Amino acid sequence: MARWGMLIDLDRCTACQACVVACQVENNVSPGGADQAELGRAISWMRLVPFQEGGHEHGTRPDLRLVPLPCMHCEKPPCTKVCPVKATQIDHEGLVAQVYPRCIGCRYCTTACPYTVRHFNWKRPEWPQPMEQGLSPDVSVRPKGVVEKCSFCHHRLQQAKDKARAENRPLREGDYQPACVETCPAEAMVFGDLDDPRSSVSRLSESPRAFRLLEELGTKPKVIYLSKGAWGGEV
Amino acid sequence: MEKSDTDQDARLFAPMERTGRLFWIFAAVLLSIWLWGIYAWSTQLRRGLSVTGLNVPVYWGLYITNFVFFIGISHAGTLISAILRLAHAEWRRPITRAAEVITVLVLFFGLGCVLLDLGRPDRALNVLLHGNFTSPLLWDVASISTYLTGSTIYLYLPLIPDIAILRDRMPGRRWLYKPLALGWTGTPKQHRLLEKAIAVMAVIVIPIAISVHTVVSWVFAMTVQPMWHSTIFGPYFVVGAIFSGIAGILIAMAIIRKAYHLEAYLKPIHFNNLGLLLLVFALLWFYFTFAEFLTTYYGAEPTHMMIFRSKIEGAFSPYFWTMVVTCFVIPFTFLCNHRTRGTVWGCVVASVSVEVGMWLERFLIVVPSLSNPRLPLTAPPYSASWVEWSLLAGFLAMFILLYGVFTKFFPIVSIWEIREGREQSVKEVIKRVESYLPGIPEPIHE
Repeated sequence: MARWGMLIDLDRCTACQACVVACQVENNVSPGGADQAELGRAISWMRLVPFQEGGHEHGTRPDLRLVPLPCMHCEKPPCTKVCPVKATQIDHEGLVAQVYPRCIGCRYCTTACPYTVRHFNWKRPEWPQPMEQGLSPDVSVRPKGVVEKCSFCHHRLQQAKDKARAENRPLREGDYQPACVETCPAEAMVFGDLDDPRSSVSRLSESPRAFRLLEELGTKPKVIYLSKGAWGGEV
Repeated sequence: MEKSDTDQDARLFAPMERTGRLFWIFAAVLLSIWLWGIYAWSTQLRRGLSVTGLNVPVYWGLYITNFVFFIGISHAGTLISAILRLAHAEWRRPITRAAEVITVLVLFFGLGCVLLDLGRPDRALNVLLHGNFTSPLLWDVASISTYLTGSTIYLYLPLIPDIAILRDRMPGRRWLYKPLALGWTGTPKQHRLLEKAIAVMAVIVIPIAISVHTVVSWVFAMTVQPMWHSTIFGPYFVVGAIFSGIAGILIAMAIIRKAYHLEAYLKPIHFNNLGLLLLVFALLWFYFTFAEFLTTYYGAEPTHMMIFRSKIEGAFSPYFWTMVVTCFVIPFTFLCNHRTRGTVWGCVVASVSVEVGMWLERFLIVVPSLSNPRLPLTAPPYSASWVEWSLLAGFLAMFILLYGVFTKFFPIVSIWEIREGREQSVKEVIKRVESYLPGIPEPIHE
C-alpha cells in the first residue's frame, strides 16, 4: 500500500500561483466572486499563505515568504475524529477524504484543523457562463452547505490505476500526479509514494532541508516542505 | 379543610382561570418577533450560511455562542431544583417548578441553535444513521437528549398532583388534565410512590446535568486549538452554566411574581437565598477565569498569547472587560450587600448583568480562538449579520412566549408542595432540628 505524499521545495517556488489556478480548474472549485472573497469566504484548496520572516527588531525589514498550502493529508488528522457523521475519513489509500453527500455542514472539522485548509460552501457554487460548460466531469460539484478540501486529486489516482490495469502493469512513479504538481513551472513540487525508498518524494523527504508544518502537534502531515537554512517562518 | 386551602391559594390558580389583555399584547409582540426570526431563517435556508457574518477562519459565531449559552441556562432548573430538593431546603417549594420549566424549554432552543448552524439541516439525522462516537458533537447529542428526557420526567412527576387538582377544579379542561393526571387521587400509596420517583429522578439528573455542560465544553477542549485545548474547560463550563442558570431563575421569578401578584409566595427571602447562591457562583466564576488566564499568560506560548492579547487589549477587549464587569463586579457588588441582595430589584440587576456577561463569555470562547489561527491567514473580523441577530431574538421571544403559555395551563408555583410545606414540613423541620441537638429525647420510632 502506497503512502501518498507531496513535497514542496520553497527554494524553487516562485509563488507564481499556477498551482492555485490548476487546482481551481481541475476540481471544479467555484471562483465565488469578488464580494465573497472580500468577506473572506473564497474557496481555494491550494492557497499561498504569507509567512513573515524577521523584521521584529527595530531597523530590520521583514521578508514575506509565500508558502503553498494544500491539505496536509495528516496520518493523525484532528479533523476526522471530530466529524459526527464520519463524512471525513482516511480512505483505503491513506488520503483524508470528504464524503459530500453525507456531510451535515457543522464545520467542526474546519475548526479542528490546525492548518485551516478546510473550506465551506457558504452558498451554491456558481460559475460565469462560459466556465460552467468547462467543468470537469471527473469531479463532483459540491452542493451548498457542505465542507470540501484538497483531495490530492484522488480521481487522478483512480484514472491512473485503471490505466495501469488496462495496460496490465503495476502503477509506476509519475502515473498519479495531482494537478498542482503537474502544473508547477518551477518544478518545485514532487508527488509520490513516501514508503517507496526509490521514489523522489521519499528521497527528498530525507533531505536536511525537509520539514513539516506544525509537526509538534503530532498530526504527521504528508506534505513536506524543503527550505535551506533554518525554517524561519513564524507559525 | 380542602376548600379553605383552595381559597388560600387562589392566586396560584388565577393565571389559568383568567387571562388579561396584557398577556395577549405581550404574546402578540413575542409572536411577531418569532415570525421575524422565521423569515430570517427562511432567508438562510434559501441562500445558505452566506447570509451570516461567518467566514474563513471564523467558521463558528453567534449560533454556537447561543448554543452554549442556552444549554448553560438549562442548568437553571433541573440541577438547582434537584440539589435543593435533596438538601431538604424548605425555601425551594415555590421555586422548583419555575426553574424546571426553564430547563425543558431552553434545551429545545439550545438544540435549535445547532440546527441553525448546520450547512445541511436536512441531513441532521445522519448523526443517528452514521454516528461517529469519537466526535464530541455526538457525545453532545447523547448527553443532551438524555438530559432532555430526564428533565422532562423530572418536571412532569411533581406536576401530577397539581394536574389532578386542576382536573377536579376546571371541568372545561378535563380533556387535557384527565389523561395527564394518570388517575391521581392522592392516596398515601400514590404519595409514597411519587415521593420515591421524584427522589430517584433528583439523584439521576444531577450527574446528567453535569455531563451535559462538561461535554459541551469538550467540543472545544478536545481540539488542539489554542485557548480551547484546556483541561479546566469541563468544570469551568459547568460553573458558568449554573451561574447563568441561577440568574435565569431569579429573572423568571421576578417576572411571574410581578405579573401574577405572587408576592406572598415569592418573598424577598427567596431572592436573598438564591442571590447568595448566585454570589457563590460569581466568586467561583472569577476563580476559574483568573486561573485560566493566568496559566495562559504565564506559559506565554506565542499562539496562545495571540488570542490572549486579542481578548485583554486587542479587538475583543471591549467585550472582555464588559464581561469582567457584568459577570463579576456588578453581581459581586449587589450581592455582597444584604440590603440589595434582599430585594427583588437588587437580585434582578445582578441577574440581568450575569446573563449579559455569560453570553459574552461564551462569545469570547468561540470567536477569538477561531479569529487567530495558527497559520498566518488574513480575513476580515467577524461581525454577526442581521439574520444571526434576528434568530437569537426569535428564539428568546419564543422561549418567553412558551414559558408564558405554560403558566396558563399549569401552576408555575407547585400548589401541592406549598400545601405539603404548610401542613407537614413545619413540624418536620422542628423535629429535624431537635434531632441535631443534645438533651432532647429522641422520638420513639414505632
